[in-house]
Amino acid sequence: MSAVPISWYLTLSAVIFALGVAGFLFRHNIITVFMSIELMLNAVNLSFVTFSYQLKQVNGHLFTFFVMVVAAAEAAVGLAIILTVFKNRSTLNIDDIDSMKN
Amino acid sequence: MTPLYTSTDHFTIIPALMLVLFGCGILLFDFLVFPDPRQRKWLLLFVVLAEGFAGYGLVRQQTYLAVNGITAITGFQGSVTIDGFGIFYNWIFVAAAVIVAIVSYKYLEIAGEHHGEYYGLILFAQAGMYFLATGTDLITLFVGLELMALCFYIMVGFLRSDKRSNEAAIKYLLLGAFSSGFLVYGFSLMYGIAGSTKLSAVSAAIAARPAWDPVVFLALTTTSVGLLFKISAVPFHMWAPDAYEGAPTTVTAYLSVASKAASIAFLLRIFLGPLAAARDVWEPFLAVIAVATLTLGNLAAINQTNIKRLLAYSSISHAGYMLLGLVAGNQTGINGIAVYVMVYTFMNLGAFLVVVALRRAHIIGEDLDDFSGLMQKSPGYAILMLIFLLSLAGIPPTAGFLGKYYIFLSLIQTGHYVLAVIATLYVAVAIYYYFKIVRSMFIRESTEPAPLATSFGLHVALAVSGVLTLAIGIYPEPFLRLAQTSLLR
Repeated sequence: MSAVPISWYLTLSAVIFALGVAGFLFRHNIITVFMSIELMLNAVNLSFVTFSYQLKQVNGHLFTFFVMVVAAAEAAVGLAIILTVFKNRSTLNIDDIDSMKN
Repeated sequence: MTPLYTSTDHFTIIPALMLVLFGCGILLFDFLVFPDPRQRKWLLLFVVLAEGFAGYGLVRQQTYLAVNGITAITGFQGSVTIDGFGIFYNWIFVAAAVIVAIVSYKYLEIAGEHHGEYYGLILFAQAGMYFLATGTDLITLFVGLELMALCFYIMVGFLRSDKRSNEAAIKYLLLGAFSSGFLVYGFSLMYGIAGSTKLSAVSAAIAARPAWDPVVFLALTTTSVGLLFKISAVPFHMWAPDAYEGAPTTVTAYLSVASKAASIAFLLRIFLGPLAAARDVWEPFLAVIAVATLTLGNLAAINQTNIKRLLAYSSISHAGYMLLGLVAGNQTGINGIAVYVMVYTFMNLGAFLVVVALRRAHIIGEDLDDFSGLMQKSPGYAILMLIFLLSLAGIPPTAGFLGKYYIFLSLIQTGHYVLAVIATLYVAVAIYYYFKIVRSMFIRESTEPAPLATSFGLHVALAVSGVLTLAIGIYPEPFLRLAQTSLLR
């Protein structure tokens, strides 16, 4: 029985990252867009863990913890901001949030 | 076994420690001691003390370097490096934070959102900037960047009941987090290439690979997206006009100056460190991006009627000039960026401070028309604004000329004649839209009799910015010597 090659993990990470980017660009609901960003960060985590495993090192694992902490802090701040936006406008559609134009 | 925390480690992070401690102190005191909003301006004392201690820490680091004749002190096994570069940029953050803090209380009282945590956020953001300028480890840099950015997301949306402020915050947050995702993906690839998160190890690993290595190229592009976003370079500038317009004007001033200076320091650390070996790959890209940034920033500014939006586009174009210094890449260019950032700090802060004074009880004061007749009403403010605008346009004898001079000089020295000509042409465009404000102030009649919202802090801040904008232009030697200390060795 052979192990799954490292490159597969990296490819998976790149695919998940690309999905996150696509979600960010093409979705219209703020919450979904925010989830896409979390998806990108999780793809990064996968990539760090893969490299860390391949290199037999702990640095990459450490980095994932920091990425997780940052993602959590970002979610806390982000959801609070999303909440105030919703209170003031009663919409979560990105296209409706355009009061500032040239 | 290496010890966890030595006195050298402590010495390298004292300024950031002070900022964070006093920031926490502000949160506690605001909650326990100052329930009455009118007392909250006493929290300014904490900010001033924090900056005093942070500045003292920087002075001690500076003297330590000078006395021992060394170029850098490293702490935490090379994660933090104190060198002339970091110390120089940190002085800029200290100046910007103090100036912004002392003008904020009046503005926030008028806006009805004067809360103590605002001052805490200023200090926490500055602690993040400290690590952006001194960090030499991918983890340190990433956490520093996010600390700064998270504080700014909150500050941009500080006017909770203002729809524009909400909108600015959500746009800045979403695009900022998106770009951080790219940046950290690039970091993960760098880690994979080098097997270490230290910048020195990453530099060596990238230098050992061929120039057009696909993995290096992917790391380069994703990291650059994140970095260029932070300095609002085209095509990653979309957040800047909206965030600048919607944010409270004091926050806009802080965002446009300190955040940009920190991001430039971060950009230089990465591009002159790990990515220096791939210079042939990124130099043409960066030249194109710099020209695009100059073009869009200057052309879009022409039609703006909102002053903050106009200054946002002008700050985009200034980012273009700074990038040109990196494209030239010789010593004059890197030194030119330091001079440019220093000069830009005071002139841009000054221009936003005048906009802060225009915000009165029932007047938003952000339109071009709000400037009309300012010369009759408050000649002092009009003349100061004229100085700042002349400096932003780059006309001697103001400081802005000096900043542009070194950038152009470096371009000519390295043979980038076309870029130099393009950059010079855009100065003419810039003069056109800055003088729209000047014409409004000096020629048109006043439409609004209400006096400006002045305060003691605003007077001090305007005096400092005005004097420095003129002083750097007229007697530049000491300031140039200061900028010389920032060269990376």
